[in-house]
Amino acid sequence: MAEKECELGDEQKKEIAKWFLLNAPSGEIQYIAKDLRSVLNDDKVYDEATSEAFPLYNKFHLICLELPCRSGDVLITPYNELEENQFIEPRTAQIVTIDHVKQACTEARPAADEELASPYVEEFRCALDAEILKYVEDAYPKGVCSVYCVDGKDAEGPGCNFEFAVVIAAVRNSPKNFCNGSWRSVWNIKFKDDLQVLEIKGKLQVDAHYFEEGNVQLDAEQEFQDGTIFQAPDDCAISIANTIRHHETEYMGSLEASYSNLPDTTFKDLRRKLPVTRTLFPWHNTLQFSLTRDIQKELGIGK
Amino acid sequence: MEAALGLMRRIPPKHSVTALSALVSLLPDHSSDLLSQVDQPLQVLCDSESGKEFILCEYNRDADSYRSPWSNKYHPPLGDALLPSDELRKLEVEANEVFAIYRDQYYEGGISSVYLWEDNNEGFVACFLIKKDGARTAHGRRGYLQEGLWEAIHVIEVGPEDETTRYCLTSTVMLSLTTDKESSGTFNLSGSIRRQMRMDLPLADGHLCNMGKMIEEMEGKLRNSLDQVYFGKTKEMVCTLRPPSEVVMRLPTS
Repeated sequence: MAEKECELGDEQKKEIAKWFLLNAPSGEIQYIAKDLRSVLNDDKVYDEATSEAFPLYNKFHLICLELPCRSGDVLITPYNELEENQFIEPRTAQIVTIDHVKQACTEARPAADEELASPYVEEFRCALDAEILKYVEDAYPKGVCSVYCVDGKDAEGPGCNFEFAVVIAAVRNSPKNFCNGSWRSVWNIKFKDDLQVLEIKGKLQVDAHYFEEGNVQLDAEQEFQDGTIFQAPDDCAISIANTIRHHETEYMGSLEASYSNLPDTTFKDLRRKLPVTRTLFPWHNTLQFSLTRDIQKELGIGK
Repeated sequence: MEAALGLMRRIPPKHSVTALSALVSLLPDHSSDLLSQVDQPLQVLCDSESGKEFILCEYNRDADSYRSPWSNKYHPPLGDALLPSDELRKLEVEANEVFAIYRDQYYEGGISSVYLWEDNNEGFVACFLIKKDGARTAHGRRGYLQEGLWEAIHVIEVGPEDETTRYCLTSTVMLSLTTDKESSGTFNLSGSIRRQMRMDLPLADGHLCNMGKMIEEMEGKLRNSLDQVYFGKTKEMVCTLRPPSEVVMRLPTS
């Protein structure tokens, strides 16, 4: 019996649903999920798709969730994930369990010693965290940040290498104004004890979406590399924070420059505001066929 | 269906082709509605007779063939296909010629096509299309864009001729630009907007003149709107996330 050829299997529907969820702009996944549920009309596929897509989306977008009892925030990132739904929040030394689909914390408990970094590494992490916090409070009206040890957390003392990830996220959701946006920076700092240097790599991503009677999106990203010398925890912290501040400020400047070039230069490559003649097009000469050739002569276009 | 359109408004414009085909496969019963209400990037074919390119859309399609505005023939050839009346075809030919000049004046390149066909209300419908590829490698004169695409679709319903004739214009502009960045960064702005305009005009200057002026005015408004409002709002959002600062502080690394 031949079914309609475009009849999709559950697995295919699920993959399509996941694609929509994963491509939702910052702050819009719940809206997309709602519309998707309607379109799918199949709760089983919908639930499967959301349970698979939400964790990926949440970690990619570095979403920020409130800790239970309003004791602060926790960022959901690939760098502080312990298990499927468990994330570590080092500033308050807590382990948090979350519900990805609801995008909320379900419980929190203090972290055990083995789950935290060694005192040696923690000294560096803590100093850096304090400097980054200062920077973020200064530069971002609504920024959230954290520093995670992603490698070598059990290093006992000098002679060991370790690696941190500095995560900064700022999100602004204004659905009533049809506008959402997010700024995400991730800086990887490799502490190389043997070479006595710090390797710094950063990736910045900026998105903005405006959708009143239309749909316009900005999608920008940039990568950076830098380095500095291995010093005492406080000095390292200051040095790293300054490097980050420098690059991010420069990037902001280049974004502004791209925008100010738009109207006159880049946009002009697509469509001019007015013809070279600086007047509107002479439509009134189109009454008859033969006059078409007159226009061409008038405008100086050779045949 | 409303949910499907809601999804199309949120998915990044650069993914709109994938999104639409995904929706059509999820909602096969609504496929004709979706295809007519959601604008897609414009495809182009080359007219074998004249060597000129023409733009494909629902309005010059019959079955799986498309009619060229230059030769009035379907590609691939189609027997017993829909063609405009002789009178309308005359106007169509003139419209294509004049619109091509208009296009050149504003776009300095690109491709345009105009299609006319009778409708049921003693009037007719006209569709004016423009596709401009402004990338450095294509028609971009100044080399600022790594990738740049402007596509405009203007559909005008022309009412029966009277003392004044009613023209209803629905315009959609789809656009995408990626600036050239020597370093490893990307900056991509893309989007689509749609507007409508209605005017009652005397026929003294002719249909083409009336329609042309409406389109010119609309395109100007859309271009400004995109630039000031849409791009402006996204810029405002970025500046709100991280206010630009003039001072760059860097302590010397000892």
